[in-house]
Amino acid sequence: MKPTETPVATRPAPPRALPRLSVQGVSYAYGSPPEQFVLQPVSFEVARNQVFSLVGPNGSGKSTLLRLLAGTLEPLAGKILLDGIELKRLDTRTRAQRIAVVQQENPLLFSLGVLEFVLQGRYPHGSGLRFPEREDLKLALQALDQAGAARLARRWMHELSGGEKQRVVLARALAQQPVLLLLDEPTLHLDLAGQIDLLRRLRHLATSGQTAVVLATHDLNLAADFADCVLVLDRGRTAGIGPPSDVLTEALLQQVFGVPLRVEQRPEGTLRIFPEVNRV
Amino acid sequence: MRALTARRVWLVTALLAGLLVLIGVISLGLGAVPTPPRELGACLAGAAHIGAGSVSADCRMIVLELRLPRVLLAALVGAALSVAGAGFQALLRNPLADPYVLGISSGAALGAILSLLAGPPGTLLTGGAAFLGALATVAGVYLLGQRHGHLDTPTLLLAGVITASFLSAIIMFLMTTLPGRELRGLAFWLMGDLSSPLPLSLRWLYVAVLLTMAALYTTAADLNLLLAGEQEAEHLGVNVRRVKLVVYLCASLLTALAVSVSGAIGYVGLLVPHAIRLLFGSDYRLLLPASALGGATAIVFADTLARTVAAPTELPVGAMTAVVGAPLFIYLLRRHLQ
Repeated sequence: MKPTETPVATRPAPPRALPRLSVQGVSYAYGSPPEQFVLQPVSFEVARNQVFSLVGPNGSGKSTLLRLLAGTLEPLAGKILLDGIELKRLDTRTRAQRIAVVQQENPLLFSLGVLEFVLQGRYPHGSGLRFPEREDLKLALQALDQAGAARLARRWMHELSGGEKQRVVLARALAQQPVLLLLDEPTLHLDLAGQIDLLRRLRHLATSGQTAVVLATHDLNLAADFADCVLVLDRGRTAGIGPPSDVLTEALLQQVFGVPLRVEQRPEGTLRIFPEVNRV
Repeated sequence: MRALTARRVWLVTALLAGLLVLIGVISLGLGAVPTPPRELGACLAGAAHIGAGSVSADCRMIVLELRLPRVLLAALVGAALSVAGAGFQALLRNPLADPYVLGISSGAALGAILSLLAGPPGTLLTGGAAFLGALATVAGVYLLGQRHGHLDTPTLLLAGVITASFLSAIIMFLMTTLPGRELRGLAFWLMGDLSSPLPLSLRWLYVAVLLTMAALYTTAADLNLLLAGEQEAEHLGVNVRRVKLVVYLCASLLTALAVSVSGAIGYVGLLVPHAIRLLFGSDYRLLLPASALGGATAIVFADTLARTVAAPTELPVGAMTAVVGAPLFIYLLRRHLQ
């Protein structure tokens, strides 16, 4: 399939014409020629108040695309522009002032207090030894609050459950005051209530214009409920892109995921996606 | 739980510096012939031109010319090894990293011995060769310690221990070619010894070690993030390649400087940062200066014991730290692997 051009915004148009993130014909491959393509050329745009979701089976290129957007990988071809500036022209520190990444965390070698951990998010904004100033503390506490983790501020990282830890990791990302927030499977360790709460918070962050959100997820229903735009990846190719109700069709999903699926349109306009499982 | 402030760093540093001075002064009074406190006080005051005290010949000879350089050297070596240990722990993302356990000290020792075969002892060449030996060993252990592209604790430690054993074997071969008189001194040096002649003046050693530590300290905030993983650190704005290079060079240089003046004193680089983390937390902005002062105090203390326990015979200080350090290392390793 040919890479699609511009995304279709379902929410009100952004106040300014320039998209937050613009991905233009970006591809990636491992190894020297003949390359093994991990990602075929892909193009899309994300506005400053959008939640953009990458979906697809394992190995479809979601994580690679996220790493390209984070700037830790450089594309083989194509351009990634953040507010009109090419990503590879930003140094590590400037990038970290604008882009925050939430991914599966390594275990910490030595335990840290939650507040100390969140204060790490202030690192790209500080200089020298980066002892926190009053402003940094204020922003860290505010970030904890926004992530729904205010009551965890005085705990230790090693005492937290998977779900609590995920909130604290989000808080650290928010303390970076990013304009683009990237998340890799953010709902993995969360229970049902936690998943919905997290997605609501992300939705709010985007809608309020604080940060654009790009997330990779396995969960088609969460993507359908909360994303303005979805990109379906199938073995490195763009299988579909656009608003959930246009893209998440039975035919497309069955082809990509290789299992029979049923898509129902609810009266209020949301989609429900069920795998069709025959009991043996 | 409060975030670390500059004030707390200064407070803890001042406290530990006070402890170091106290242990240092006590150490100056102890030896084969103990110096009574009053006499020691008069002697030190006289040497520092405080009050009207005069320095007796005995005092000048024993305290100022024999013991003082020894105490200063012990402090320097302890500080260098502890900071090197803390640095390697961040670089290798391994809380059990230690210059001795990972064979880096042996690499530096081999470099130093090779330089002895090439030229006269006690020159800048010794330190430079030890530095190259340490750099090469870190690189080797780093590569051997990988499994599936990741540094893995048991593999890394095993790689270090085997490397140390291999390098020691080469040192043994080289030593058999040396004449008997030099051999005894070298064997003692290898066990960790603070009575050997210095390749540089004590003053220049201090300058070199303090400058290296200062360079390492510029990365203290980055090291906190590096501990969480290289990719996370990069996402938070750390220039990972530059920081790793600085730590690699500085920690290797500190190891080489320490080894070239004192041989292989083991486990300090492991135990001191561990103790500091238990007492004051794991933030590198405090950990580095606190480890330097704590390590200096520990080695001054150990060397005082080594000089006095079996006086007039001197015990090698490296053997003393190993007797204490090895069991504690096993304990920490078991706890870490659980």
